[in-house]
Amino acid sequence: MAEYLIKNGFVFDPVLGIKGDAADIAIKDGKIVETSAVKNPKVIDAAGKTVMAGGVDVHAHVAGPKVNIGRNFRPEDKLFGYKPKNGIERMQGGFSVPTTIRTGYDYARMGYTTVMEAAMPPLYARHTHEEMRDTPILDQGAYPVFGNNWFVLEYLKNHEIENTAAYIAWLLRATKGYAVKVVNPGGTEAWAWGLNCENIHDPVPYFDITPAQIVKGLIEANEYLGLPHSMHIHANNLGTPGNYQTTLDTFKLSEGIKPNSKFGRDQVMHHTHVQFHSYGGEGFNFESKAPEIMDYVNTHDNITIDLGCVTLDETTTMTADGPFEHHLTELNHLKWANADVELETAAGVVPFVYSANNKANAVQWCIGLELALLAKDFTRVFLTTDHPNAGPFIRYPRIMKWLMSEEARKQQFDAFKHKDKVIDATNLAGIDRELDLYEIAQMTRAGPAKSLGLAHMYGGLAPGLEADVAVFDFNPNEPYAPDDIEKAFSNAEHLFKAGVQVVRDHNIASNGNKRTLWVNAKVNENPQVMRDVKEKFLRYYTVTLNNYEVTGHYLPNPYVIEVDATQ
Amino acid sequence: MAIRVNLITGRTIQQGVSMEAGKEKPAYTAACGIIELDPADFKKLGAFRSTNVRVTSNHGSVVVKAIEATQGPHPGVAYIPMGPWANMVVNPNTYSTGMPTFKGTPVEVEVAKTESVLGSLELVRKGCRGELA
Amino acid sequence: MTKTVTDVICPFCGTLCDDLEVVVSDDGKELFEVYNACAIGAEKFLHSQAKDRITRPRMRQEDGSWKEISYDEAIEYTARMLADAKKPLMYGWSSTNCEAQAVGSEIGEAVGAVMDNTATVCHGTSLIAVQDIGIPSCTLGEVKNRADRILFWGCNPAHAHPRHMSRYSIFPRGFFTGKGHAGRKMIVVDPRPTDTASLADIHLQIEQGHDYELLDALRVAFKGEQLPDFVGGIPKAKIYEVAETLKSGRFAIIFFGMGVTQSIGKNHNIDAAIAVTRDLNEYTKAAIMPMRGHYNVTGSGQVWGWLFGFPYAVDLSRGFARYNPGETTSNDLLRRDEVDAVFVLGSDPGAHFPFSSVKKIYNLPSVAIDPHETPTTEVCKVHVPVAFVGVEVGGCAYRMDNVPIETRKVVEAPEGMMTDEEFLSRVLARVKEIKGV
Repeated sequence: MAEYLIKNGFVFDPVLGIKGDAADIAIKDGKIVETSAVKNPKVIDAAGKTVMAGGVDVHAHVAGPKVNIGRNFRPEDKLFGYKPKNGIERMQGGFSVPTTIRTGYDYARMGYTTVMEAAMPPLYARHTHEEMRDTPILDQGAYPVFGNNWFVLEYLKNHEIENTAAYIAWLLRATKGYAVKVVNPGGTEAWAWGLNCENIHDPVPYFDITPAQIVKGLIEANEYLGLPHSMHIHANNLGTPGNYQTTLDTFKLSEGIKPNSKFGRDQVMHHTHVQFHSYGGEGFNFESKAPEIMDYVNTHDNITIDLGCVTLDETTTMTADGPFEHHLTELNHLKWANADVELETAAGVVPFVYSANNKANAVQWCIGLELALLAKDFTRVFLTTDHPNAGPFIRYPRIMKWLMSEEARKQQFDAFKHKDKVIDATNLAGIDRELDLYEIAQMTRAGPAKSLGLAHMYGGLAPGLEADVAVFDFNPNEPYAPDDIEKAFSNAEHLFKAGVQVVRDHNIASNGNKRTLWVNAKVNENPQVMRDVKEKFLRYYTVTLNNYEVTGHYLPNPYVIEVDATQ
Repeated sequence: MAIRVNLITGRTIQQGVSMEAGKEKPAYTAACGIIELDPADFKKLGAFRSTNVRVTSNHGSVVVKAIEATQGPHPGVAYIPMGPWANMVVNPNTYSTGMPTFKGTPVEVEVAKTESVLGSLELVRKGCRGELA
Repeated sequence: MTKTVTDVICPFCGTLCDDLEVVVSDDGKELFEVYNACAIGAEKFLHSQAKDRITRPRMRQEDGSWKEISYDEAIEYTARMLADAKKPLMYGWSSTNCEAQAVGSEIGEAVGAVMDNTATVCHGTSLIAVQDIGIPSCTLGEVKNRADRILFWGCNPAHAHPRHMSRYSIFPRGFFTGKGHAGRKMIVVDPRPTDTASLADIHLQIEQGHDYELLDALRVAFKGEQLPDFVGGIPKAKIYEVAETLKSGRFAIIFFGMGVTQSIGKNHNIDAAIAVTRDLNEYTKAAIMPMRGHYNVTGSGQVWGWLFGFPYAVDLSRGFARYNPGETTSNDLLRRDEVDAVFVLGSDPGAHFPFSSVKKIYNLPSVAIDPHETPTTEVCKVHVPVAFVGVEVGGCAYRMDNVPIETRKVVEAPEGMMTDEEFLSRVLARVKEIKGV
């Protein structure tokens, strides 16, 4: 493999603790190495430019059945923006739900190299893997959903942590999954009857268990196994005014639990797209409770969060939170797809237009940014849009702009139709904080990598890490306009993925050598769980047990992370 | 004496089985080269069961064997299983939906005792070469 | 001696049963018995063993006879035909695996083809309706475990999806449906008293072509508003009764088929059916599902969805994907003479397109890839026989509820036969050479 030396860039790297000093980064055999270790490297002159590790996205909906529902039922999402094939680049379509080819290329253009699919219905694992296989460049993994799974509900009703853990290990292997995802615990099962669970003590119909028991039990099972990532939750009551109380109640379920993982993470709960979960007030008087939420996050080391920033675009919402999507279609009267999955989960998909003319949407925009600007530790607060729910991932650089520039935020406030009401309902206008690129690197690189238990591979530029390196045409030491930030970080000048140059001079130069990460957790033999699995497949599933496991060519380039929980 | 009926097409289990066994085989013709008519329509037509008939629409014409409706009664409605025989007469217009109008084609049915029902390959081949009557 | 292969997937219809057992010879070269399959599925497996099976490509001669050619020659002809054409139609893609569909898509991209699948004459209008109004749906296991109101509209599973009712919809005892058939109310809407209708609690023998009116009447009845005395030939009392039956269930499911997608009204019929389902969700839980025909037509819509963003009728001829049913759909293209070559794989338009379209194929350069001899192979210039997917080669297929299942290879293909994927990969490589990519 070619050796590279990226010379004299302004490096922002939380792992090395470099905050914009000029430094050289060397690449050999797919890894970052000491600059003395390369003999005859190709030299990239990065003087006057910004150098960072490849970005890591902890939460995006980019592959799998509900994403494809979004693509197929929204031909209008492909209007205007279709990009023809060109050289090695295949054709690319879609805005809020791009094709897999565009997904890979657009992330690469932003300097991202690792992206986690945030919700994989286990029965549809093959589909998710087929799409990830066809997504170029990126390393990816997918989180199977557990929070409404009948096995989990039945075991945790009696607090059977060991059985839950054994089942998780089995399902991760069967689906080639990466982490334990929980969406609207209990509420999605209730949705199978058209109902919901509206707080953490609202019992699940028939199963006689509460969301609180599910969440706490899954955290414990996750730590019993010592998985790389923590339990990753989208709590009950998403999107409802007054829901911040449910969010705080959910956070508190992690109290007193310590991480048990050799992968270096400090959290036992990752709460995703917290913007949607930080609402006070009721009805049309809904308001920001970001300060209350961040007070809690800032003072509790064992949780991490991501933002879920609203970007004020027309987008496509999609979530395993089935009742929420039904609520949304009743609100906006746009087309609604729903896909309930036997014994496991559900999903809903509804297009949504976030408008600067709509007070509620503007308040949501403020809340997402407030969460970040009130944060104390950026290695625990990550930049996301819950793509495509609050906005498409291609807007990450725009969010960076808003976070880094008070002027940019002012411009947006001035564009709101109900500016005064929005200011009244939020705190953002009173915050003058501007983040720097070091903090952005924590939120988009080092932080998410550590939270995922992948700090030994991604998120930094220390020798030994994967050679995922981005060079942006941005000089932080020269005066710049806010829009320069967005422009530079939307369009990386160079990007290396595992030592392969995938973007050269702003153009896609290679389709890379993408890998699929999954976690193989070994547990002691558990005859009861295996008996339960056999019985459920025999009686209630519509595929046989022998046709369930994903194997072989669905993961042409797997990267297996081994976990031993056999004691 | 000809009768006018509303033609629909669709699957039958015999159509499926014989199709998978080979569309070049006589069993396929026996399963699909037929028209199912209601007893009341047979009466109007004045024909015995298992008589060859010519079915004609604005879009084409085909000879098939008339049999009594297997899933009836459905007076006024006739049924030819999906396949090349039905497709000689169905309305091909999609009305800008992409979908030909396979169901609900007005057709005329008349007795054609002396004409024979062609096999699927022969029917299509002759049709393409303009060799059909 | 023989051995039995279990958990075999049936590559016939969208029901995609995965519990078949197949008895094969020890060396895996002969297939003897098929258990658990319906009559059609069993025939599909057994036909692979036909002694008169065509095992080598052949080319039509001037005098109308066939001449055997090598796979290499067939690949060359196909690659040339596609590369030379301005706007070739690549049609079918429903009786093959997703792996072949993905390779075929790359060929389509390279040559600027129109990619269309059998949805174009099947559930294409449903896909249009979904783009208008969405689709609340579920997996078949949800139906098995929860549904107590089952409505079949314009479909006849007793004939077209023979094991659907016993595996998923009417007879099985699921988690919340311990009484099986006895706990469910079954309604059938069909202009004929079909074999499916004979099992129903209520059969509405609708006047053919009046589906839209009757669906709308149901929406009126849900709200308790006034109806005329008859709608689509059905007395109003019956309509109110059906509306009440659906509303009073815990979980209602509507399955629909060609009776609504192919009758006049087309996508608007499906719009109305989905609106009925949306309305029902105000009172109870309800879902709706198209009864997809070919075992992997759903899969080709999925593959094109993630690669191009559209489920069928994808026109790649301009270097990017366009989609406009009525314009970029196979029958419209053929009727308007807008394509200059036809490639068919995994379908039989010769048998299942209106004859006027078949005649157009006959007059164009054309290749048919099909294990069988069919009316399509009869009108094409080159016929390339291939191994049966799901019998002689595995690969991914999507069930009618979009659940992906890996089909199995149970028996060897005849010596020297290629699979769809192998043939397409060779064509792709050759196309790239010709195009100089």
